[in-house]
Parts: sequence; structure tokens; C-alpha cells
Amino acid sequence: MNFVSSLLEALESLTSNKVRTALTMLGIIIGVGAVIAMLAIGNGTEQAIVGEIEGIGTNLLFVMTNREDVTNPEPLTIRDAEAIADPIYAPSVSAAAPVIQGQAELTAGGNVATTGLVGVTEEYRVVQNVELSEGEFFTGTQITGLASAVILGTNVAEDLFGRSDGLIGETVRVSGQPFRVVGILKKKGGSEFGNSPDDQILVPLTTAQTRLLPRTTKNQVDLIYVSAIDADSVQQAEDQISLILRDRHKIKLGEDDFNIISQEMFLDMASTVTGVFTVFLGGVAGISLLVGGIGIMNIMLVSVTERTKEIGLRKAVGAKKKDILTQFLIESSLLSVIGGIIGIILGWLLSLGIGRIAAASDFILTPAITINSVLLATLFSAAVGLFFGIYPANRASQLEPIEALRSE
Amino acid sequence: MTEWVVEAKDITKVYQMGEIEVHALRGLSVNIAPGEIVSIMGPSGSGKSTLMNILGCLDRPTSGEYSLNGEAVAELNDDQLAEIRNRGVGFVFQSFNLLPRATALANVELPMRYAVLNGRNRKKVATEALEAVGLGDRIHHRPNELSGGEMQRVAIARALVNNPAIIMADEPTGNLDSKSGDEIMTLLKNLNKDRGTTLIIVTHDPEIAELTDRVISIRDGRIAE
Ligand SMILES: Nc1ncnc2c1ncn2[C@@H]1O[C@H](COP(=O)(O)OP(=O)(O)OP(=O)(O)O)[C@@H](O)[C@H]1O
Ligand SMILES: [Mg+2]
Repeated sequence: MNFVSSLLEALESLTSNKVRTALTMLGIIIGVGAVIAMLAIGNGTEQAIVGEIEGIGTNLLFVMTNREDVTNPEPLTIRDAEAIADPIYAPSVSAAAPVIQGQAELTAGGNVATTGLVGVTEEYRVVQNVELSEGEFFTGTQITGLASAVILGTNVAEDLFGRSDGLIGETVRVSGQPFRVVGILKKKGGSEFGNSPDDQILVPLTTAQTRLLPRTTKNQVDLIYVSAIDADSVQQAEDQISLILRDRHKIKLGEDDFNIISQEMFLDMASTVTGVFTVFLGGVAGISLLVGGIGIMNIMLVSVTERTKEIGLRKAVGAKKKDILTQFLIESSLLSVIGGIIGIILGWLLSLGIGRIAAASDFILTPAITINSVLLATLFSAAVGLFFGIYPANRASQLEPIEALRSE
Repeated sequence: MTEWVVEAKDITKVYQMGEIEVHALRGLSVNIAPGEIVSIMGPSGSGKSTLMNILGCLDRPTSGEYSLNGEAVAELNDDQLAEIRNRGVGFVFQSFNLLPRATALANVELPMRYAVLNGRNRKKVATEALEAVGLGDRIHHRPNELSGGEMQRVAIARALVNNPAIIMADEPTGNLDSKSGDEIMTLLKNLNKDRGTTLIIVTHDPEIAELTDRVISIRDGRIAE
């Protein structure tokens, strides 16, 4: 019996009971659809997060105080940052930018806004790749001289003035004190992790320290951004920073009172989390596919019982075991493969829909349907059809011709 | 070498029904020559159908030797038996046994689908077979759109389509009125005349037995003489 005519016969048999066929397929459709949608969302989330982290810059390191493992950590200071930037002790470091971070209330012309405030030095511009749409970044004199100068993020400018250009020289009150606007940051666009530069203001570090966000220790900073000379030197830079800070903080044994975090670590962490997330989603969806497969087995068993006489007749006119076996396997695979194809389309639509909903709530998620997930779903559903078809098909092929014929 | 198409010796068939053994055939021997028309008669439950199924390779005997066309059936595996059912014997059943959803044409094509040489001209051969049984204008009818006599003629077309040496018919006219029954008998006899096909017909009807070359009587699983 050739394959094409077997296929046609299987199609004919499936279409002869359309409702049953459709209901059986539904299990596979939902299963495959769920697998596709869940994997797409998992992958999309991962890509979004990875993109976000990569946006930070590949050669960036964060140095912060370790408050978790050490009871009385020595705070980081501007002097630490200067030491880290020393090209002799840290040849792999190109710049170190100490910052102070906090919140501040701004007023201008009757408008009030609460924003993130970052106290910065000149190095911040290099390390964070700051670009201004107008004005100039703080000069060295402004930073050392405790200048009352401020650079506004575009959203902040919009909130206070209703526009984000032509604002140089305007006065803004930061925590009640008058500051002169010297620059506006270029718009960066949405960020999934909140503190987008668009919603921040920058002031000179010294100004922040003395007047806006006073810290207990002299010269204390919250965080030091360090950029390595290139992406390959990140590890060396990390080691050099470690040595310098241990020496400065007089740590001989035990836990460091600072943490150095690289983008690599963020990426690792994020992909571990999203990986687990994706596997979990895929697993849940896989279970529904399994349930769909059991549905196929169930219907195929019913079908074998119903068609015992037909099987007997086919054997009486010369069908071999393998003919009957393939007939039923083709039917069950056809059920699951057609269901699988519809499921892929459904899953695709579903993930598009979820992407839309996410976008509407400001979470940029582009569901990523990969060739791999389509292949996985197709192969998995075909395998489900074959696997769950084997038992019924085998049962059919083992029937004795005369007994099958006699059944009513 | 043998000149018999059917050569059965000391055939027994025992059905195991739990504790009870049912002896359907108790050492039965029968030989049939090529081109012969033989009828098998006997009371209900005497083992006629059991014998037919064994002769047609639908079932295996419990003991005894059986050769079909000189080939010892006991030594054949399931696939080889399937091949004999496909090409060596044509079976006609009392209850027609057509595929209910398939057309007359598709039903007749069925044995050719399982044939090793399944040629491109399957439709043509099947149509010719249907024309030969006088159903040239019914080829696209489904079984529920045919009369009993017509259904049995489709079954005969199906039995002869692979040109078997033997056609076995188990009460082919049992479900038909006497007129349709006569038509079926004429058809079978013409087949014998035109193609030399050996015919083995189980029947309860003495008039039909009358039309055959030889009557084999069976009683209690043995030949009754
Ligand atoms: N599958 C079976 N299991 C158990 N016993 C069986 C089976 N098939 C047939 N028999 C028994 O074997 C005996 C012969 O049955 P068989 O069908 O050959 O009779 P028959 O001569 O064809 O009768 P009828 O003229 O009524 O068709 C009967 O006693 C029957 O009960
Ligand atoms: Mg009988």
C-alpha cells in the first residue's frame, strides 16, 4: 500500500467524524499553542532584560558597599574612587566616577516634581556616556566649587516647564535652594528598571554632599562607576580594584566590605532567572500537550474497537500487520501534526496578543518565536501522535482476522 | 507432485472456551481439484464455516496438514498468509462485509491496495470487475445505496479482482431472495467457466448444491458419507 493513498485514506477516515476529530485535535492545539506562546514570552522577556543590561555598557563595573556580609563596612569615598582611577595601580581602569544618589523635590514656576538626584563628577560623563541635547556638562570648577548648577532629564524638564529646550539659565529650586539649569539630557526612552536618566537630575557631587544629601563620613559616596579600558579587561580591572580597596580599607582576611558587580554578573543572573522562567512555562505547557496526547490515544483506542470488523475485513483481503499498523499510526500522527500546525498559529497569535498587552502597560516585550520553538513543538506533537498512537495501532494490527471479522 | 488445489488431511479445530473444549472439526480430510465447483453442506454447527476459514487461510487448524496450491500452510508466517489471502483466495461472506463508508469502486480496489504489485490501473481493473458482475452503473454507490444482491456482487467483484485460483463463498446466497441467489450462482459459475476459478461454496440450499460438481457433506466436524 503506497504512502499517498494511505494518507488519503487516513484523511478520509478523520473527516468522516469531524466533531470527534476536531475535539481530539483541540487537546493538541491547546498544548502546542501554549508551548509556543510560553516559550515566545519567556524568550521575549529574556531578550528584553538582556538588551536592557547590555545597554549599560559592556565594560562597566559597579563598586558598592557590602552591607550584607560585613557588620561595620567602611564607606566608599571620593578618595577610593581616585585611587581606583590611578593608572599605575589600576592600569585596566580607564575612569572611575563616584556618585551620590537620592531623591529631591524640585519646584519651578509653581510646578513641583520629585525626582532621582545624582551627584556626579566630571568622570560620570565619560563612564555613563552622558549626552546633552543642550547646554554643557559641569566644568571642573563647578564641581570643585560647589556650584548651584543642575542638569535636567527631559521628563523632569517637561514636568517643570512643559518643554525640554531653551531652558539654559532658568532657575529651579532643588530642596528649596535655587539652582541654575546648565544642561538638558538627551532623551533615552523607556527603561524597564525605573530610574531612567530621563527622570533624573544631575548636580555636582560636592554640592550634593554638602547641601542636598549629606552623608555621615566626609567624602562618602554611594557608588562608584568604573569603566575598564575595554571589554576584555573587565576581569583584570575587577581584580585591581579589589586589591586597591582591600589595601585602603585594611582588609587582610575575611569578607570584603565592598562588592564589585560587572555587567556579566547581571547577565548571568538575568539569564538564569529567565531560563528557569522559560523552562517552567514550557514545562507547564508541555503537560497540556501530554494531556492532548492522551486524548489522542483514547480516541484511537475507541476507533480501533469500533473498527474491529473493518480491520478483520482488511486482513481477510490481504492486509499485513504493518499495513494496519501504519494505517492507524498515520491517522494518529495526522491528528497531532495538523493540530500542531494550528497550535503554532494559535500560539503565535496568542503571544502577539500578550506582547500588545505588555506594551500597553509600558513593558516592552517582543515575543520571540524562534525556529527552535516551532521545531520543538512540531516534533514534539508528531512524537506525541506517534507515541500515543503506537499502543492502539499495535492492538489493531494484532487482531486475528477471523475473530475481528466475527465481532459485531 | 499434487494435482489438488486444496489438500487437507486430518484437520481438527478445537476452540477453548474457558474450561470447555469445543471440537468444531474432528479429523477431516478433503481434496479439491483445480477448476472444480464444490458445495459443502451440513446441519448448523457442523463445522462448515470453521472448515472454510481454515481452507481460506483466515484461521489455522489445531492439527492436521493443509496444502494450498501445493504449499504447506502450517509453515507460513502471518505475512505469507496475508499474501495468500490477498492473491490466492477470494472470499465471499454471507453478510457481504463491505466497508460501509467506501464506494463500490473503493471496496473492490481494497485487495489491490494490499497487493505487492499495486499497479497504477487499479481504478480501471476495479471498474472492469464491477462491470463483469453487472454493476458498471453503480460504481460510485456506497453499500447503503445498494440492494443485498448488488452488495454481494460487489463482494464477488472484490474477491475476483486479484485473479485468485480459488473463490470461497460461505453461504453467499444466505441473505438473499431466490432470484438474487440464482443471479449470484450464475455469476460464480460463469467465472468458473471463463477463468477456470475453483469454487467452494457453503450452502444450506439443496437447489444450489444441485448446481455444483460435487457435494461434500459434513456432520459433527467429520465428512458424512
Ligand atoms: N470462535 C468460536 N469459539 C468457540 N466455538 C466456536 C467458535 N466458532 C465456532 N464455534 C463452534 O464450532 C462449531 C462449528 O461452528 P461453525 O460456525 O463452523 O458451524 P457452521 O457449520 O458454519 O454452522 P452454520 O450453518 O450455522 O453457519 C459450533 O458448535 C460452534 O459453536
Ligand atoms: Mg457457518
